[in-house]
Amino acid sequence: MLFLTHIWLIPLFPAVGAALMFFFGRKLEKPTVSAVCVGSIVLAFLISCGAVWQYTDWAATPEHLHQPYQKILYTWLGTDTGHLNFQKSDGSPAPLQADAGFLLDPLSSIWLLFVTGVGMLIHIYSTGYMAHEGGYYRFFGYLNLFMFSMLTLILANNYVLMFVGWEGVGLCSYLLIGFYSHRKSASDAANKAFIVNRIGDAGFLLGMFFIAWLCGSLRFIDVTGFARAHAATLLGNPYITAATLLLFVGACGKSAQLPLYVWLPDAMEGPTPVSALIHAATMVTAGVYMVARSNALFVLAPKSMLVVAIVGAVTAIFAASIGLVQNDIKRVLAYSTVSQLGYMFLALGVGAFSAAVFHVFTHAFFKALLFLGAGSVIHAMSGEQNMRNMGDLHRRIPITHWTMFIATFAIAGIFPFAGFFSKDAILWETWSREGGAYRILWYVGYATALMTAFYMFRLMYLTFHGHPRMSHEVEHHIHESPKSMTMPLVVLALCAVGAGWLGWPHSLGGSDHFTNFLEPVFAGEAQALTAEGKAAQLAAGEKEEEHNTGTEWLLMGLSLAAAVAGWTMAWRSYRHADKDYTEPIAVAAPPVYNTLLNKYYVDEGYDYVFTGRREIGNVRLGVLGLGEASSWFDSHVIDGLVNGAGWITRLTATISGWWDKRIIDGIGVNGPAILARMLSYPARLFEWGLVQWYALVMTAGLVGFVFYYVYH
Amino acid sequence: MEALLHITTLHYLVLGAALFLLGVIGVLTRRNVVIVLMSIELILNAVNLNLVAFSRYWQGIHGPSALQGQVFAIFVITDAAAEAAVGLGILIAFFRNKETVNVDEVNLLKW
Repeated sequence: MLFLTHIWLIPLFPAVGAALMFFFGRKLEKPTVSAVCVGSIVLAFLISCGAVWQYTDWAATPEHLHQPYQKILYTWLGTDTGHLNFQKSDGSPAPLQADAGFLLDPLSSIWLLFVTGVGMLIHIYSTGYMAHEGGYYRFFGYLNLFMFSMLTLILANNYVLMFVGWEGVGLCSYLLIGFYSHRKSASDAANKAFIVNRIGDAGFLLGMFFIAWLCGSLRFIDVTGFARAHAATLLGNPYITAATLLLFVGACGKSAQLPLYVWLPDAMEGPTPVSALIHAATMVTAGVYMVARSNALFVLAPKSMLVVAIVGAVTAIFAASIGLVQNDIKRVLAYSTVSQLGYMFLALGVGAFSAAVFHVFTHAFFKALLFLGAGSVIHAMSGEQNMRNMGDLHRRIPITHWTMFIATFAIAGIFPFAGFFSKDAILWETWSREGGAYRILWYVGYATALMTAFYMFRLMYLTFHGHPRMSHEVEHHIHESPKSMTMPLVVLALCAVGAGWLGWPHSLGGSDHFTNFLEPVFAGEAQALTAEGKAAQLAAGEKEEEHNTGTEWLLMGLSLAAAVAGWTMAWRSYRHADKDYTEPIAVAAPPVYNTLLNKYYVDEGYDYVFTGRREIGNVRLGVLGLGEASSWFDSHVIDGLVNGAGWITRLTATISGWWDKRIIDGIGVNGPAILARMLSYPARLFEWGLVQWYALVMTAGLVGFVFYYVYH
Repeated sequence: MEALLHITTLHYLVLGAALFLLGVIGVLTRRNVVIVLMSIELILNAVNLNLVAFSRYWQGIHGPSALQGQVFAIFVITDAAAEAAVGLGILIAFFRNKETVNVDEVNLLKW
C-alpha cells in the first residue's frame, strides 16, 4: 500500500520540478533541466502506475469492494469544527470546508495513467523539439507546473481543490500559449484563452456554490452519495439542473465547446508539444472529467443532459466542418480536437459516461501523436505550418509519416485502431437512447465521422504525398527528427493501435474491460435512467439484446464505411496535389468554402457582439462598447455632474464676490470714505500749508480783534 | 530842547511797537527759518522793552520796589533762550531731511 498511501507524492514531484526551475532554472544547463523535469514526470508516472495497481488490489478486497480510495491530508480551506458553518438549502448547517485530499477511483485512475504517461512522452519529445529554443528552463518549468496542476485536478477529492487545479492548468495554458511572448499573435491568443476560460470558470464556481448549498459538502464522495440517496426525490430538481448547467458552462470553457471554443484554435500559437499535451490530450479533457465526476448529479437533471448532448453534437460537426478546409496543419488538428471533444460531450449527454471516458483515453494517445507528428513535420519544414507548402514528405521523414498515419487511422475510426472502438461506442450509445432527438444526434455524429476521416486524410495526403510544394531551401533542410522525438511517436503509435482493445465490445466477442473497470463510478446512472421510463425496455431481456447486437454490427459497418468513404474522397482529391491544386469544396460551392475557411465568421461575430473590436455601423457593442458607453457616461454624466457642481459653486462665488465687492465694500466700507473725502474738499481749502500765511492770518485776526475792542 | 531830550515812557513804547512791527514783518515775510527765529527774538525783545519801560513807570509812582516788570523781562529772556534752542533743534532736524532752511518748503501738511 506504499504507493496508495503516498499518493500525494504524484503531484508533488512535478511541483518540486517546477519550483526548482523557477528558482534556479536560469543557472542550470539544458541537460540538468531535462533530467530534473523529465525525471519528475517519470517518477510521477511510476508512482501512478504503482498506485493504480495497488488500488485495483485494494478495491478487489471484500471490505472495500469497488469503493473509491480517499486520502485526506488536512483541512485546507475553512474548518470542520463548526465555526464556519453556512446554511444549506434545507436549513441545516453545514461546515464550510475543503480538504487537501486525494481521491483514487477507476475514473481518476484512467486520467492519472494517461496524463502521466502521455505527459512523460511529451516531456521527452520536448527535450528534442525545444533543444534549440530560448527559455528552455522556463518552458520545462511551465510544463512541470502544468503537470502538477493537472494531477491536482485529477486527484482532488473535492470540487474546491479540483478548481485549484482547474485554474492552475488554465494559468499554465496561458503561460505556454504565450511562450513566444515576443509575438503579438501569441500573447493575444494567450489572453484570449485566459479570458474565455474565465467565463467558464465563473460558471464552475457558481455551480460549485449550488452544490455546496444543496449537498452541504463539496467532497465528491458526499455529493455522489447525496445524489444517489435522494435520486427519487431530486430527479428533475430545478436547482440540480441549474447547478449542472453551470458546471457544464465551466466544462464548455475548459473543453472548448460551443460557444466558448474560440480560444482553442488560437491556442496553437504555443509550441507544438504544448498543443499536444495541454490543448489536445489532457487539459481540454478536464471538462469531460468534471462532468463525468459529477455524473450522479447530471443523471438527476435530464434537461442538462440533453443540453450537454446537443452542445456536444453541434460542436462536433461544427468544428469538423471548419477543419475540412483549413490549411494550417495545427489548425486542422485544433478543430479536430474541438470536434472530438464534442463527441465526448455527446457521449456524456446521452448518459454513456464510460464511452466518453473511453474516447478521452484513446483520443489522448492518437491526438497527442498527431500533434507531436505535426510538430515533427514543422521541425523538418523549418517552421512551416501551411500544408499548401508541403507535400511528398513521406520518403524524407518516414517514422513521422507512419506513426501519423496510424494516428489518422485511429481518429478516422478504422478497425481495429483505437478510435474505432471509442467512437463506435459513442455512436452506438447515442443510437440506442430512446427518442427522436437522440436519433438526430446520431446522424450528426455520423456525419462528423465522415468529415473527420476526410479532413484527417486530407491532412495526411497534403503533407506527406502528392508533389513537393515547398521552396528549394526548405526542401534542402528536411530531415527526420532526433530519437528523443521519434521514440515518443512510436510509443504513442503503439498506444493508438492498441488502446482501443481495452474496450473491445461484447458484440465483437470481447469483454469490454474498460466499461467494467469504470462500472463502480457510474453505477448509479442505470437506476436513475430507468426511473426515466426505460424499465419496460430493460425488462424485455435477452431477445432484445440479440436484436441489438445485429443493429450494433450494422452501425459499426456504417461508421467504418463512413471512415473509408472519407478516406477515399481525400485520396481522390489530394493524392496528386501539386502547386496549384484546388479544393473540391471550393470548386463545388465557393460560398460554403469561404464560410468554412473563415470559420463561420464566429470570431468576427464575437468581435462585433462581445468584444466590440469591430463596429456595426457606428454602434460598438460588447465589452469595448460597454467601455465606451461607460466612458461616455463618465465623461458626460458623472463629469457633467461634477462640472455642474463646480459651475454652480463658481456662479455663487461670483455672485458672492460681486456682493462683497460692490455692496459690502462699495457701499458699506468705501461709501463713508468717499463721503468723508467729498466733504474734505471744501475743508482742506483752508489748509494751504504755508506757515507764514498762517502767521499772517493770525496777525491779521489779532489786529482785527484789537481794533474791534479799541474802537467798539 | 529839554522836552526833546527828556525820554518818557511813551518813547519806549513807540520804540517797542516799532521793534515789534519789525519782528512781525520779519516773521511774515522772510523765508529763511533762521531769520524768522531772529525776528521772533526781535518781537520778544520788543515785549521786554515794554515790560522794563512800564516797570520804570511804576517805580516812579509806587517807589523802587515795584520790580514785577523787570522780573517778567528776565523770565521772557529765559524763555527766549529755551525757544531758540528748541527752534534751532527743529531747524537742524528739518535741514537733515530736506536740505533746506526755506520755510516755504515746509509744506507737509499741505493737501
